[in-house]
Amino acid sequence: MPKERADNVEYLIRGATLPDGTRSDILLAGGRVAELGSGLSRAGASPIDADGLVALPGLVDLHTHLREPGSEQSETVLTGSQAAARGGFTSVFAMANTSPVQDTAGVVEQVLALGEQAGYVTVQPIGAVTVGLAGRQLAELGAMAASRARVRVFSDDGSCVADPLIMRRALEYVKAFDGVIAQHAQDPRLTEKAQMNEGALSAELGLTGWPAVAEESIIARDVLLAEHVGSRLHVCHVSTAGSVDVIRWAKARGINVTAEVTPHHLLLTEELVVGYDARFKVNPPLRRREDVEALRAGLADGTIDIVATDHAPHPTEAKDCEWDAAANGMVGLESALSVVHASVVANGHLDWADVARVLSHTPARIGRLDGQGRRTEVGAPAELTLYDPSASRVFGTGDLSGKGVNSPYLAMTLPGRVQATFHQGYPTVLDGALLPAAEVAAARSEVGHG
Amino acid sequence: MRHLLSTKTISRDEAIVLLDIAEDMADVAGREVKKLPTLRGKTVVNLFFEDSTRTRISFEAAAKRLSADVINFSAKGSSVSKGESLKDTAQTLAAMGADGVVIRHHASGAPLVLAESGWIDAGIINAGDGTHEHPTQALLDAFTIRRRLHGAASRGRDLDGVTVTIVGDVLHSRVARSNLWLLTTLGAQVGFVAPPTLLPADTSAWPATFGFDLDAAIDAGPDVIMMLRIQAERMSASFFPNPREYARGWGLDDERFARLRADSIVMHPGPMNRGLEISSAAADSARSTVLEQVANGVSVRMAALYLLLSGDREDS
Ligand SMILES: [Zn+2]
Repeated sequence: MPKERADNVEYLIRGATLPDGTRSDILLAGGRVAELGSGLSRAGASPIDADGLVALPGLVDLHTHLREPGSEQSETVLTGSQAAARGGFTSVFAMANTSPVQDTAGVVEQVLALGEQAGYVTVQPIGAVTVGLAGRQLAELGAMAASRARVRVFSDDGSCVADPLIMRRALEYVKAFDGVIAQHAQDPRLTEKAQMNEGALSAELGLTGWPAVAEESIIARDVLLAEHVGSRLHVCHVSTAGSVDVIRWAKARGINVTAEVTPHHLLLTEELVVGYDARFKVNPPLRRREDVEALRAGLADGTIDIVATDHAPHPTEAKDCEWDAAANGMVGLESALSVVHASVVANGHLDWADVARVLSHTPARIGRLDGQGRRTEVGAPAELTLYDPSASRVFGTGDLSGKGVNSPYLAMTLPGRVQATFHQGYPTVLDGALLPAAEVAAARSEVGHG
Repeated sequence: MRHLLSTKTISRDEAIVLLDIAEDMADVAGREVKKLPTLRGKTVVNLFFEDSTRTRISFEAAAKRLSADVINFSAKGSSVSKGESLKDTAQTLAAMGADGVVIRHHASGAPLVLAESGWIDAGIINAGDGTHEHPTQALLDAFTIRRRLHGAASRGRDLDGVTVTIVGDVLHSRVARSNLWLLTTLGAQVGFVAPPTLLPADTSAWPATFGFDLDAAIDAGPDVIMMLRIQAERMSASFFPNPREYARGWGLDDERFARLRADSIVMHPGPMNRGLEISSAAADSARSTVLEQVANGVSVRMAALYLLLSGDREDS
């Protein structure tokens, strides 16, 4: 049985470093940040020593595959939520490519409810743009927006909305409820049977190429469509230097476009494909060193707005096979913050305030998600992550909390460690360990009824 | 040699040793009793996920001439094509005590995955993987060229200064890739000629020259011209307008054959599309090595099996 929790459990976090570099105690009470300052004291509050830890606003992932309903052998809303909490996230946007597809109010409300039950993070469903992700007919975007799930982000991710007329209509239609279309930019004809980045290495390895132009041409088309109809466009997992250029041009022109990059595209290159180890198979594929550098620079100068994981769990058999037969995708929630640390913080591209921006404030704003992505100030919801930047570890399966072990970082040394995560005022991770599901669900129901 | 997966990692000396052993094997083929007891008690599995009767028969003949037991495991139409994984198949073969696995697979890299997986401990020979490599084909091509150029004095020789022009569907050709690495390692100069659509988009890492003009390549008088097969599925995928235009631009027709240097060697890995990439006059001429390539294939595969599976093979 879970131990009884009063709904007034309070935490006094001592000596944390805020993203701007200042040091502060943080009192979490009543589901809010109740006090900030040095030398705080509060009778009955559980003390947490945060000396040397960075206190980030709870991380928000705009691009997560939770797999439920339909592929519960890969991940469930519960296990994906656990992976998220372990990685310091307090909210995830659940992609629509489930089975059934999240293309009706009923399915998005079901996913929302599963997230609430689990209680580890806010699970905000994404709605499909087209019925069954088939690209032919708009899904009931309005009904999903008006549902209890309040969907604002729509995406056929996994597939590209390739038909320009359907894309135009979708961009226009979601203006009615301040929605955004999140495009998986991949020209389907230019990427038939594609297996890896097209270039000198694909030529040597004999793997069918996934050319950069297949991404860049769709982004170019979409930013022009967004400009023409005055809509909001979000570009998923930007992976090439050319895409960064197109988005930079579009922003300079005043087009309302935002873009994300994944942690793996910030750190890893196509060279990893040489051994045909399917853990490195992902869509869009790992690119060249020049692309990685351009993505880092684009994130640093604001051309790319956010980091999103594209967490894509698969059962082991989907990766334990020859390259062509393997599934695309990597798990990324648990490792995201460490990979961002390694790829753009350690070398000075981003500071911790930037990390708070790209992994919390801005993704919440793009997704129009209330109660997430707020600065740590008095009165803000108690959504908080304590990160130890001085730690270092050889990343292993013990660091994973979801069902998938298809991480590209296994056996790699990664910096940092998430020490604690607080969601709605209660902890989901303490001392680097995930709290048990029953305890979290109990805390969640206290809040829900409180 | 633990496995034979790619020609890219074979050194000049290793290649020459293998080719010299193939010469010894060819001598055996000329004897009345064509069998050697070398691999008696060893089991070689031909694991073919893709139909290729000629390659399978060549490996089968090679293994049998070395007295190995041969199991043909055709994955097409078996449990494998019904969803059994490479892993399950490999573990089955391991349980059956396979010492060597000759694998042909439609997926590039499958032999490497098999060799490094830990699913099976056998020596692995890549008999063609996707559009990646076909190392024994390149070895038999090198062997054939060396014999044509040096005859009985071939042993110990490399291909220093030999010019080889490879023509056709380079993009999808595992033969082209394996020949590129092996022939250049042996000192040859390789040039590719193809329609631009059938060259990789980025060839900067390949130590070769590239051109679109077959007539110019022929007038340059290469020592060897190797014609690659055009697969039927390329015809309908807009790589070129139609077979007639391909043949006009990149086929070794009678007119081009007549202009070819008189002692140039004409090669083709087979099976040929006569009238498309090569004319019958060229294919059947004395300068053609098409049938020698088939015969030499057995010798080279015997050498490979011998190096991988005979007792003194290194186990690291
Ligand atoms: Zn995607």
